[in-house]
Amino acid sequence: MTAIVRDDVDEKRRRLLLIGTSAAGTALAAGVAAPLVSSWFPSARALAAGAPVEADVSKLEPGQQITIEWRGKPVWVLKRTDEMVKRLEQNAPLLVDPESKASKQPAYVKGVSRSIKPDVFVVEGVCTHLGCSPTLKKEVGAASDMGADWPGGYYCPCHNSRFDLSARVLKGSPAPSNMTVPPYHFAGANDATVVIGEDPKGA
Amino acid sequence: MAKLNKPPVTEAGRFNGVLTWVDQRFPLVALWKDQMSEYYAPKNFNFWYYFGSLALLVLVIQIVSGIFLTMNYKPSAQDAFASVEYIMRDVPGGWFIRYVHSTGASAFFICVYLHMARGLMYGSYRKPRELIWIFGVMIYLALMGEAFFGYLLPWGQMSYWGAQVIINLFGTVPLIGEPLAIWIRGDYNVADATLNRFFALHVIALPLVLLGLVAAHLMALHEVGSNNPDGVEIYKDIDPVSGHPRDGIPMHPYYTIKDIVGVAVFLIVFSVIVFFSPEMGGYFLEANNFIPADPLKTPEHIAPVWYFTPYYAMLRAVPPMFGSQFPGVAVMGIAVLIFFVIPWLDRGRVKSIRYRGTKYRAWFTIFVISFLILGYLGVEPTTVWGEFAKGLPVIGGDYIALWVARVLTVVYFLFFFLMPWYTAHDNEKPEPARVT
Repeated sequence: MTAIVRDDVDEKRRRLLLIGTSAAGTALAAGVAAPLVSSWFPSARALAAGAPVEADVSKLEPGQQITIEWRGKPVWVLKRTDEMVKRLEQNAPLLVDPESKASKQPAYVKGVSRSIKPDVFVVEGVCTHLGCSPTLKKEVGAASDMGADWPGGYYCPCHNSRFDLSARVLKGSPAPSNMTVPPYHFAGANDATVVIGEDPKGA
Repeated sequence: MAKLNKPPVTEAGRFNGVLTWVDQRFPLVALWKDQMSEYYAPKNFNFWYYFGSLALLVLVIQIVSGIFLTMNYKPSAQDAFASVEYIMRDVPGGWFIRYVHSTGASAFFICVYLHMARGLMYGSYRKPRELIWIFGVMIYLALMGEAFFGYLLPWGQMSYWGAQVIINLFGTVPLIGEPLAIWIRGDYNVADATLNRFFALHVIALPLVLLGLVAAHLMALHEVGSNNPDGVEIYKDIDPVSGHPRDGIPMHPYYTIKDIVGVAVFLIVFSVIVFFSPEMGGYFLEANNFIPADPLKTPEHIAPVWYFTPYYAMLRAVPPMFGSQFPGVAVMGIAVLIFFVIPWLDRGRVKSIRYRGTKYRAWFTIFVISFLILGYLGVEPTTVWGEFAKGLPVIGGDYIALWVARVLTVVYFLFFFLMPWYTAHDNEKPEPARVT
């Protein structure tokens, strides 16, 4: 039996081994954590459920809005009347982002109507503030109980965000940007069907 | 090993034999002495010192009632709402278990808020108790997470949209926001996957974290000893004969008995709420949550449960900046996290508010009032005081309450940011040598 004396210990080597094993252990722990972290991403089933959905829009009356569920979110299809479309031109002074430059929408959706066809407006019915679903208040002025200068649009009950009928956010709302227009295109005879969640061919 | 020569237990009557057997294999006597019979706490604890032990009691109530709820609850979007109604209507005594759990959630926050207020008033976060305070703030954070995850489980309208709003807070983080929100939800919106993982976090992950933190909180407390309403260190003044602090009395039996009185009073109030007003007029359980979650329809008015409303009012008070909602989220986050640094913001020479000067007293009072009013404003719509300003040239007009919230948010932060200044230049009274 020999006693271990201090001089026999190679501190440098011990330190190196300590750093080496710690680093290897940390890398191993990170490797094990990776599948745990990735298990929180949407599963294959959830991804499949996020596939495009179709809706028949040929029977919509002017002024009528339907709600379609896409990826669990409400997507609105609003058949705008001519007056509604005309009114959109005048709203610019009320709006934060009239040209929708800082808002999410596909490249093929342009201008004040924010749509492929001016009369059929497709938008994700999700407030850009904190994700509540606003209410349609389509009548202009006091008829919507929104005050005399109300241009007709959407009102979010959560935090009073207001939008016009192109879902463009009004000044003074907590929402920072216009509502998001999802990728969509028309299909079928006379463009009777709208396909939500898929860009038009060639776009 | 000296421990092999431990003296036998002699003060337990007929149990001497079995306790001696245990003590020779487990530090039973040492633990009992360290933590209870020879843990000397200041003799001048007052009313405010009930809330620590009461919070511990509520933790036990929540764990026990929670275990029994999981026996009938089903964490799936299909079944969750119905299983809660099943617990309420069909499970014998189920309504009692659930109301105990839902009332316990609010009771937990009441105890913790009062416990924190006590810490602020008597300077219980000051050296050498910074770590106790930090563990405490971590408990508060874990508790907020626990409450948030638990609130989704009934899968009612308020559960659903509350979770939607809070998760979207993470979605506002620059650059990684949207993927981060999807990662938290496990889907494109709050869905079955979200409910399932929140259930796991609520019933196993966070309770374990909470228990660990509570243990650390108590270990740190018993290492440095308790503060008291005078903020005077009793552990500096040791009686040379007994070896114990002159102003200290053993935890057991003195404070265990005192705390039992608090427990009795607490349980009376708790029972009255559970049996007569479990919803507390919509403050403990919100009416909208009796409607099943509907992802396509947002309720008319969304408000979190009362214990989150001060921060929620701050979130709403901050307008979007640079086309992003993130500043409001950051303000809300900092409002909570700022509690961590109080031990280093306070430059006062005395600990307790009893000997503080007028500046600290004024700031503390304003802070508490701001917190309470913010809490009230967070429950109400931002237009709540609109009618008062009708036709008057008041700033904000219909949104006068929003402007009040903005001012109070600033006041809330000034309490912290100016603390190094007003605590250092205050007309403090000298601390007494011993507790009063």
